Amino acid sequence: MRTLLFLLRKEFKQIFRNKSLLPMIFAMPMIQLLVMPLAADYEIKNINISIVDHDRSPYSQQLISKITASGYFVLADFGDSFDAAFQQIEEEKSDLILEIPEGFERNLVRENREKLFIAVNAINGTKASLGGAYLNQIIQNYNAEVRLDWIDPYRYNPIPQIEVASSNWFNPFMNYRFFMVPGILVFLVTMVGAYMSALNIVKEKEIGTIEQINVTPIKKYQFILGKLIPFWIIGIIIFSIGLFFVARIVYGIVPMGSIFLLYGFLAIYLVALLGVGLLISTYSDTQQQAMSVAFFIMMIFLLMSGLFTPIESMPGWAKVIAYSNPVSYFIEVMRMVVLKGSGFQDISKYFLIMIGFAAFFNTWAILKYRKTS
Amino acid sequence: MQNVVIKTDKLTKKFGDFTATDAITFEVYEGEIFGFLGANGAGKTTAMRMLCGLSTPTSGEATIAGFDIYKDTEKIKANIGYMSQKFSLYEDLTVIENIRFFGGVYGLSDQEIKEKSDHLIDLLGLKEESKKLVGSLPLGWKQKLAFSVAIIHDPKIVFLDEPTGGVDPVTRRQFWDLIYEASNRGITIFVTTHYMDEAEYCNRISMMVDGEMKALDTPTNLKKTYNAASMDEVFFELARGAKRQAD
Repeated sequence: MRTLLFLLRKEFKQIFRNKSLLPMIFAMPMIQLLVMPLAADYEIKNINISIVDHDRSPYSQQLISKITASGYFVLADFGDSFDAAFQQIEEEKSDLILEIPEGFERNLVRENREKLFIAVNAINGTKASLGGAYLNQIIQNYNAEVRLDWIDPYRYNPIPQIEVASSNWFNPFMNYRFFMVPGILVFLVTMVGAYMSALNIVKEKEIGTIEQINVTPIKKYQFILGKLIPFWIIGIIIFSIGLFFVARIVYGIVPMGSIFLLYGFLAIYLVALLGVGLLISTYSDTQQQAMSVAFFIMMIFLLMSGLFTPIESMPGWAKVIAYSNPVSYFIEVMRMVVLKGSGFQDISKYFLIMIGFAAFFNTWAILKYRKTS
Repeated sequence: MQNVVIKTDKLTKKFGDFTATDAITFEVYEGEIFGFLGANGAGKTTAMRMLCGLSTPTSGEATIAGFDIYKDTEKIKANIGYMSQKFSLYEDLTVIENIRFFGGVYGLSDQEIKEKSDHLIDLLGLKEESKKLVGSLPLGWKQKLAFSVAIIHDPKIVFLDEPTGGVDPVTRRQFWDLIYEASNRGITIFVTTHYMDEAEYCNRISMMVDGEMKALDTPTNLKKTYNAASMDEVFFELARGAKRQAD
């Protein structure tokens, strides 16, 4: 116990004496948390649309003004040649073409039906599919209005329709930041924790001080605890700054659920994560190696965690990776507790899984770390 | 008869096909200064790492301070000090912080740590520098500090791996004064060196060539045996037969 205190005192002195590392540990995550959520927004706006209007009637005008007034579309080009509009797409000036045929108004009024043509530039898949969907919806609304105007509901038997009224729960205004900020905070804690713990131990290998430690009677577990506890504490501090200052003050996000529950999960999560860092360090001899390995693992952790893309829509093999990734579970728990106010019963399964991860990574790392070669 | 503190029997370490240390058998007596000589790559550091419990032997037996080299590595570690070729104090800690840290991990009490650090800082003349980072000290001072820290817990044996490499002659002389002082306190010194004048300071010398121990005797007897005027000549006479390329 006393040995551990000496180790901890040494680690904290070294960390707080490192003038280039300290700002990295605390300032970098905060800056990222301020910048990234603003950009990581899936709501697509400013879709450039080219409209080819062969009809030039009051009805087509009405449709066009409805589209431009929606706020999602920017009218990039207006004309009566499809080829000219296609040119716009080829030059990347336009994302969508809407072609209104000649006789649009006449057919709509007389025959009560008309076809429109939409061409989508699908190079940016998200923009294309969402743009197409928005446009479809606007046209449908327009369609409904036109029907109300023209058709006497008593003369015709209206087609029975199921109207769907939806309301958004837990994030009523569909504010993307509410969804992204908790996830990004998890990821920042992950990055700092894994990198710092991996690099710190390898640094001792590199400068040779680990030899000196290995000829002392320090026990393996004492040395490892001495390395993990400081980063465990730093992880909790970063999380707290992110949660109480950035998320609450800047984004106005107040967790719906229990703060203690979040911290309980964080505590176990950090043990698992630092185990990963420790494992990386036992397999590396230089900081450069550790950095490369950590970078590789962090990229997978980030992209396969459900932070940006939902795990449910991944292919089977990718789901396997995502569910073997501790980051996925913490992001899920964060979103559940912060947005939905989930309680312990709802996430007890995740607690068990995370304890499993923590035991797995740390046992592996401790078995791998040897004082004697 | 003197007490034996290091005893090895056919101690061997192989790395794949390469035999770094080939069946060395010798004894070191309590309180002596034992010089461990040999060309670069002769297997000195490997042998020393085995004796310190940092490396497990491939075969052979050894006891250090009465403890078995296979089973009792942790007990050995409480009874030895080690100073590696690489400087290995924390450069981002101050002189006093390094002393306190290593004193602490060797299980010294706060009182002992305080006495030891006062004594060491006085002995090494580091009063002005005690609050400076070790990284800012000149190499010679660092080496003297590293030695003092390696024996802070009064071990039975201290292993020194080329402790005076790259150090000026005056500081080397001062370093040897520290070694003598430790030796007088009963600490056995096991030291490797490439300086033949330092070899003359040792009570007994062993000579490693290609992983084998070719000679073991006092400097005077060695010179007599090889009919040499100085230790330099003894070294050349023995090392000439080496097949391994020095690095």
